[in-house]
Amino acid sequence: MNESERREAMRRGPLHGPDLTLNMRSDPRFLTGARGLIASVAEKIGLSSTSCAQVALAIDEALCNVIRHGYKKRSDAPIWVMVWVLADEGVGAGLRIVIEDEAEQVDPSKIRGRDLADVRPGGLGVHIIREVMDVAEYEMRSPVGMRLTLVKYDRPSPGVEPAAVGA
Amino acid sequence: MADQPGLNVRMEQVGQAVVVTPEGEIAYTEATQFRQWMRKAHDASPERIVVDLTGIEYMNTPGVATLVEALQSAKKNKYRLVLAGMNTNVRSVFEVARLNTVFEIVQTREDALA
Repeated sequence: MNESERREAMRRGPLHGPDLTLNMRSDPRFLTGARGLIASVAEKIGLSSTSCAQVALAIDEALCNVIRHGYKKRSDAPIWVMVWVLADEGVGAGLRIVIEDEAEQVDPSKIRGRDLADVRPGGLGVHIIREVMDVAEYEMRSPVGMRLTLVKYDRPSPGVEPAAVGA
Repeated sequence: MADQPGLNVRMEQVGQAVVVTPEGEIAYTEATQFRQWMRKAHDASPERIVVDLTGIEYMNTPGVATLVEALQSAKKNKYRLVLAGMNTNVRSVFEVARLNTVFEIVQTREDALA
């Protein structure tokens, strides 16, 4: 399996249904609980404390973006968070998390973090999500809304050769 | 200024500096309140604002954005903004956003006031 096939397999995830599903409203008061739940799962499956913190941060940023930009701060719209625990295939513990909403659709190619050299408030969330996760892919959800697929392995993703670690 | 459940903020004058000490977390729901405190600190016309983050367990980009706004205000009005006492997780957010070289960041409140 080459690198692109591996990444596609990580993005697609297991064939079975999610191990955990969180059905929440777009109310910011639930963000801390959602973040804590995912961090707790990450810890239980054996991710390092650094990886747990990174997963929690990515989930929080992603949900903030759905509420703020997708739903324009509406607090009564649906968000689904689905979690798969990935089998250890010699690459350490892993999580696949899919976030779906019914918000306004955006061309995924237009979703990108801002230039970090341009120091100003805002626009950092997408950059952080992409930086801390092994996979972060946006797509339009049928028939409405958006889907974000996130994958995090505790060690470098399967496409990274062990010899390259720490190089 | 009513505190959000997840955030308590204290503010004090130390010489020509204003020290803002938030405790808890600064995320989506707390960022607005924290912004009000930073504006209050700015309105005191200090030579330096110290934000003692020792008591902050978690911060995400709405919190970081508030500090970027405060930094822009500081530069425009020619006073220093110093961040102190970041834990590892908070520091890593600044590092990933490559803001650790933009802000003046020190270990302790005492370092910030020196």
